[in-house]
Amino acid sequence: MDEQISIVMAGHVDHGKSTVIGRLLAETHALPDGKLEQVRAMCHKNARPFEYAFLLDALKDEQAQGITIDAARCFFKTDKRRYILIDAPGHIEFLKNMITGASRAEAALLVIDAKEGIRENTKRHGYMMSMLGLRQLSILVNKMDLVGYDQKIFDQIRHDYTAFLERLQIKPVSFIPVSGMQGVNIASRSTVETPWYNGPSVLEQIDLFQRKEFPQSQPFRLPIQDIYKFTGQNDDRRIVTGTIETGAISVGDVVVFQPSGKTSRIQSIEYFNGPVKTTAAAGEAPGFTLDTQIYIKPGEWMVRQGQPPLQVGARFRVNLFWMGHDPLVKGKSYKLKLGAVRSPVKLIEVLAVLDTTEQGAVVSKQQVDRHDIAEVILETPKPVAFDLVGNIEQTGRLVIVDHYEIAGAGIILANVQPVDSSLETHVKEREIAWKPSAIPVAQRAASYGHGAKFVVFVSSDGSAGETFARALEQQLFKMHFKAYYLGMDNVARGLDSDLTETTENLDDPIRRLGELARILTDSGQIFITSLSDVDDYDLTTLRLLNSPNEIVVIQVGKVPFLNTPPSLILEAGTALLEGIQNICTHLRQQKVLVDFQI
Amino acid sequence: MNTLDRLEAHSVHILRESYREFKSLVMLWSIGKDSTVLLWLARKAFFGHVPFPLMHVDTYFKVPEMITYRDEVARQWHLDMIVGENTPAIEAKQTFPDGKLTRVECCKSLKSEALKHSLSGEWPRKRMNHSLGKLVPETKPEPFTGVIVGVRADEEGSRSKERYFSARDRQNEWDVGDQPPELWKQFKTDFAPGTHVRVHPLLDWTELNIWEYIQRENIPIISLYFDRGEGKRYRSLGCYPCTTPVQSPAKNVAEIIEELRSGKFANIAERSGREQDKEDGNGLETLRRGGYM
Repeated sequence: MDEQISIVMAGHVDHGKSTVIGRLLAETHALPDGKLEQVRAMCHKNARPFEYAFLLDALKDEQAQGITIDAARCFFKTDKRRYILIDAPGHIEFLKNMITGASRAEAALLVIDAKEGIRENTKRHGYMMSMLGLRQLSILVNKMDLVGYDQKIFDQIRHDYTAFLERLQIKPVSFIPVSGMQGVNIASRSTVETPWYNGPSVLEQIDLFQRKEFPQSQPFRLPIQDIYKFTGQNDDRRIVTGTIETGAISVGDVVVFQPSGKTSRIQSIEYFNGPVKTTAAAGEAPGFTLDTQIYIKPGEWMVRQGQPPLQVGARFRVNLFWMGHDPLVKGKSYKLKLGAVRSPVKLIEVLAVLDTTEQGAVVSKQQVDRHDIAEVILETPKPVAFDLVGNIEQTGRLVIVDHYEIAGAGIILANVQPVDSSLETHVKEREIAWKPSAIPVAQRAASYGHGAKFVVFVSSDGSAGETFARALEQQLFKMHFKAYYLGMDNVARGLDSDLTETTENLDDPIRRLGELARILTDSGQIFITSLSDVDDYDLTTLRLLNSPNEIVVIQVGKVPFLNTPPSLILEAGTALLEGIQNICTHLRQQKVLVDFQI
Repeated sequence: MNTLDRLEAHSVHILRESYREFKSLVMLWSIGKDSTVLLWLARKAFFGHVPFPLMHVDTYFKVPEMITYRDEVARQWHLDMIVGENTPAIEAKQTFPDGKLTRVECCKSLKSEALKHSLSGEWPRKRMNHSLGKLVPETKPEPFTGVIVGVRADEEGSRSKERYFSARDRQNEWDVGDQPPELWKQFKTDFAPGTHVRVHPLLDWTELNIWEYIQRENIPIISLYFDRGEGKRYRSLGCYPCTTPVQSPAKNVAEIIEELRSGKFANIAERSGREQDKEDGNGLETLRRGGYM
């Protein structure tokens, strides 16, 4: 009896949702004592025929007065379990509310008026269910009393709507002929009115709905929400967190981060105030510690090695519906949210806009207007990782933010242009296209009296490295060398000033620095910088981007994420003069500085 | 995963999302069972830590035991606790108990106004100094843009219309009719300058879920909720002039759960002992549009 399940009630306006809900509440004794009699008496007094829909209105009034019944969410229970019935507005103006309600539900009842048949919102709501991933759908063909309980009419609607749903890849669990007004097939089967019907009543049907289970058999997908390092009370754990979308993972499993490609192994699964966990699965929101210290960022995905990885791409075909006040247009930058990914995104092409008034018809348009359902191509400035909804539903979903609000929601159908996002390819192509200077490298080195080098200081807080970096620049300058120190603060304010925090181009500062190093070392200089919070992956990136020119990495003190040995280590607390001497010695060994010059 | 596991994981997700998205975050703590469960969920989400301050709005009409309990827990769990209040109104005795205001006006003044100006940092606030073990005035009160609140959808009508992430405009007001959509664990985390967002991690919890979770996790809860021999206990905590205890012999968490499942409270609303809700027929929605929790 502790089981609870949410069901959304959808359908075109005036197809009788309220009456069916009123009936359900009355039949399950979910109404406050005397409410039914009170509404009947009120109808009698006003010489109106009693309708179950009035019950819902009466409850709405009470709700406004602060009683614990909500029109948008009704609570009732059967012998089997507790229910939350979400009343999704049939009016198009409330599409946002319908979406919000339906996305919280595990199953849906969709009401169709037997006399009116399939209408615009009958179809629109069908599309919504399909996109939202609601697969348990039962259709109530209502107002059967108005068509004399004619089986032919019921069969026709069943036939037409089944065909419509088939194209959305939804197989409805049942069609039930009902009359909310007469209470036919609501709480129990009515053999008198519909002797030709053998299926379940509405109450029987909702007890048959399955509780949505979290998809554990799919590949493991963790959108990384955050990485914590709380130091209070001597806590030294570095914890990767997020809510597992699909699959399962165990301590000792090797994990891959996408799109960065870094790998590590699960050392522990963290959970406050509970038994020690060695495995975690979809739906859970635990923490993970890794057995190597790598620098990863919120917005990456953690997947399991050996399982199919996510797609990586910057252009994808999406089926989306638009709820924004302003249309979705080309040439404007929006914000994409996909799992924990945050990225700018643009509309590239509108392939089709669905005309929900005509079955399957397509309208040609250049923009996507409010309440449109459209197929579009979207593009992000940098490749992002995602699944195709046909492979893994949960991780193939995105929303688009316009003017601070979620304005669109969509599912990814295809990766239009899978990109080889690897740096190796980029650098290879760059070097092929690179036009070398007319001055040969050796000639430039001979003239300057030294070779070019990219010198990177790495320290845990950045300041120790910066002190040495600045001192080295001065020392080399005194010796008439072409040396230049550039701190990351200056890069952030200038070159990187277009990288706002919201765009989360977290790799970009490193990428840009690498490209800059390539240029400055090409000019024959000794280019010096100082970094904090970098790991092996970042240094590999810099090394690669600076190639074919050379890099020297000097570590100052302990640096938590660095595993591969640097070119030179200065212990914490090394005196400035001694440090500079060590560095110069190292540079001589590296043949950057030639002995006789010093 | 059972119902409590699912509720916990979802609340944890919402808490982490707000911590990721809002630079200036605060959690309201009313000392009651809901916000104490919320505080516990924060420790779940952040592995024993509470990485943002808690704010309590004091009206000076709180049941005195609440203040003692508050300070004890704050010390024990190393909480960064801020206390705000409407000092001028309290000193001028412009309150309902002093006969100057209606209940709803008093709530608006001592709670909504105090909250609004304490969140914005305009009014003086006090902060727990752990080395001194007491509250001291804050030297530079900072404004908060993300406010975590422990309201539940099943409490009453206006709260059932809430979103998990709910925007408040510059005037602290709430546009109930035009709320942003929420789906697929994506929420409104972007907001215009000058507005702030209220975060509701407990929206899906019922009163029964709260008590079941307190039992499962063994969360220390203030003893005002239990009958201590007089056949009475508080079901909902607030200011003493406007909150009456209910007749109930429930002496511990297990007995409260039994009472809610099948006993006398199975069909009676939780806030039935809160007088301000009844005052103008629509008390709480009026209050909430104007910034009340």
